[in-house]
Amino acid sequence: MNQPKKRERINDATPALNAPYLLWSLLFIVAPLAMVAVYAFLGQNNTFSLDVFRSLFATADGRRMWGKVFGDSLLYALAATVICLGLAFPLAHFMAAGRARAQRTMMMLIMVPMWMNFLICTYSWRTILETHGVINSFLSWLRLPGLKLLNTPGAVVLGMVYNYLPFMILPVYSVMSKLNPSLVEAAQDLGANRRAVLFRVTVPLSLPGVVSGIIMVFVPSVSTFYISQKLGGKGSLIGDAIEAQFMVPDYGKGAALSLILMAIILVCMMAMRRFSDGEEGSFIA
Amino acid sequence: MEKDIVIDLKNVSVAFDGEPVLKDLNLYIRNREFITLLGPSGCGKTTTLRIIAGFLEPDGGDVVFDGKSCLGLPPHKRPVNTIFQRYALFPHLNVAKNVAFGLKLMRLPKDEIEARVAEMLRLVSLKGFERRTVASLSGGQQQRVAIARALAIKPRVLLLDEPLGALDLKLRKDMQMELKNIQQQLGITFIYVTHDQEEALSMSDTIVVMDDGEIQQIGTPKDVYDEPKNAFVADFIGESNILDGVMLGDYLVRFAGMTFRCVDKGFERNEKVDVVVRPEDIVIVAPGAGVLQGVITSATFKGVHYEYIVDVQGFKWLIQSTELHKAEDLIGLHIKPDEIHVMKKSKYSDEVGDYSSYSDEFDELSNPNVEEDGEEE
Repeated sequence: MNQPKKRERINDATPALNAPYLLWSLLFIVAPLAMVAVYAFLGQNNTFSLDVFRSLFATADGRRMWGKVFGDSLLYALAATVICLGLAFPLAHFMAAGRARAQRTMMMLIMVPMWMNFLICTYSWRTILETHGVINSFLSWLRLPGLKLLNTPGAVVLGMVYNYLPFMILPVYSVMSKLNPSLVEAAQDLGANRRAVLFRVTVPLSLPGVVSGIIMVFVPSVSTFYISQKLGGKGSLIGDAIEAQFMVPDYGKGAALSLILMAIILVCMMAMRRFSDGEEGSFIA
Repeated sequence: MEKDIVIDLKNVSVAFDGEPVLKDLNLYIRNREFITLLGPSGCGKTTTLRIIAGFLEPDGGDVVFDGKSCLGLPPHKRPVNTIFQRYALFPHLNVAKNVAFGLKLMRLPKDEIEARVAEMLRLVSLKGFERRTVASLSGGQQQRVAIARALAIKPRVLLLDEPLGALDLKLRKDMQMELKNIQQQLGITFIYVTHDQEEALSMSDTIVVMDDGEIQQIGTPKDVYDEPKNAFVADFIGESNILDGVMLGDYLVRFAGMTFRCVDKGFERNEKVDVVVRPEDIVIVAPGAGVLQGVITSATFKGVHYEYIVDVQGFKWLIQSTELHKAEDLIGLHIKPDEIHVMKKSKYSDEVGDYSSYSDEFDELSNPNVEEDGEEE
């Protein structure tokens, strides 16, 4: 709890070891971010101004449009995150209980889709969902009416879940596999049935993995543009909008939207952090 | 007497991957008894405990609680609680919430839970630690929390799996006394597992010496020390000089090339036996004055006494004495008849040797052909 004030160096690491990354992040993270900020806040006479932001939300139509774009993005990402968690948690729980060999095999199977290029994976979903794609061909072979699958919100969420599921499974599994099995036995011993063991021991102790899983799925989902364009028809999410602005090219609007998205993600992360801290806090209270 | 039995293990056997771990074990445990399962790692003592707790189903036999079989009964429905080897405290809960864990599951009213938690923390002298995190506690304090947590729900029987193994010597001795006090104060049955013979001797009402999945001897601490049933028990509990002997008749045994009067009888005439002489029971006398005579090969100061390894015709005896002698000294050994304990030959007879080294383990450690077998679990 009480971190010692004095910092001790545990190995022979020197600041010099950090130099390559420092340079990297200056060139490719800090500098571009600064440029985005500059574009977003650049007024007509090369002065600081909020004109770009104002122009986005000046009209009622503009407010409605951007509200929907951001709202949809958050909603789709939220849906994808919830589905990923719903799939990953039981799976991770199951995997962590398995034998070492089985665990390694399952881990492999989960990783395999990640070996494939993400764009190709997403594109292949088109051929499955298309009007004359794999599913609809099968349905018509069964003499069932075809379904509109492609270019629907469901397809977009499916694409997100498919691509980002491993990022949920990995952290949840890695925390769960390190859970001390005698904690489960201790809980059983003290009168906990399976349900009580799950909700009073396994879930609270896996929370750190769940939190990082949620972050790792939610963040790329909320800002994706490729998935929504390929599986959702006309890309209508914030990622698409940003891409479109840069294509126009309207660097000012693109940069402003990027900053808003970053702010939203930041707020979500902080809420997340607060939630998980709050959980721990409530144990102490 | 029959009605006072809480737990009865009947012909219990277990095998892991075809390897027998418990072989037809029979053991009953009386109410309010402090019983210790004592044995080396891999002897099946922890397995026995896990069967009682319900973490493991035996392959054969029956486990009876209060006259009712509890085979198939899950751990959370058994009236026993366990203190785990490494405490297994919940890291996400503070001290008070750890202790309250079982009480909450019983859905007791809040004020009753609080009262019981306070009572338990007082019992283990941890008052004022309620809000501390588990990680901020020392090993000894974590141990106490584990005890308070298990006792809070008032189990009939408390199972303790090497609970003091991780503590240092002084603290271990204090905790031994404290555990014994708690047991007597609350009148709960304790089933204690340890490989530490001294711990077993000082705490238990009854000791169950186990090895190789079988019970070697059941008895009071004094019984198992003074009257070990076989070479394994004699070797495992305390230090013992174990020699091959022949019973010449009642009260007459021959070993180390000499004939001794003893207090044992009832053996076959000329029956081969194991003879035990405890190192503290041998009196060092002038050479020629004793029955045996040997040369001290090593002398070690141990604080309360000296420990000598004495070579008598090639057999290395261990002798403890407060008298000062030097290595290379020629001495006589005197052994009184009632210090000689005669045991039937057993499968362990060939395994125990003289004091060329203290433990078989030591010999095994230096032998590249012996493979390390895994810790019992």
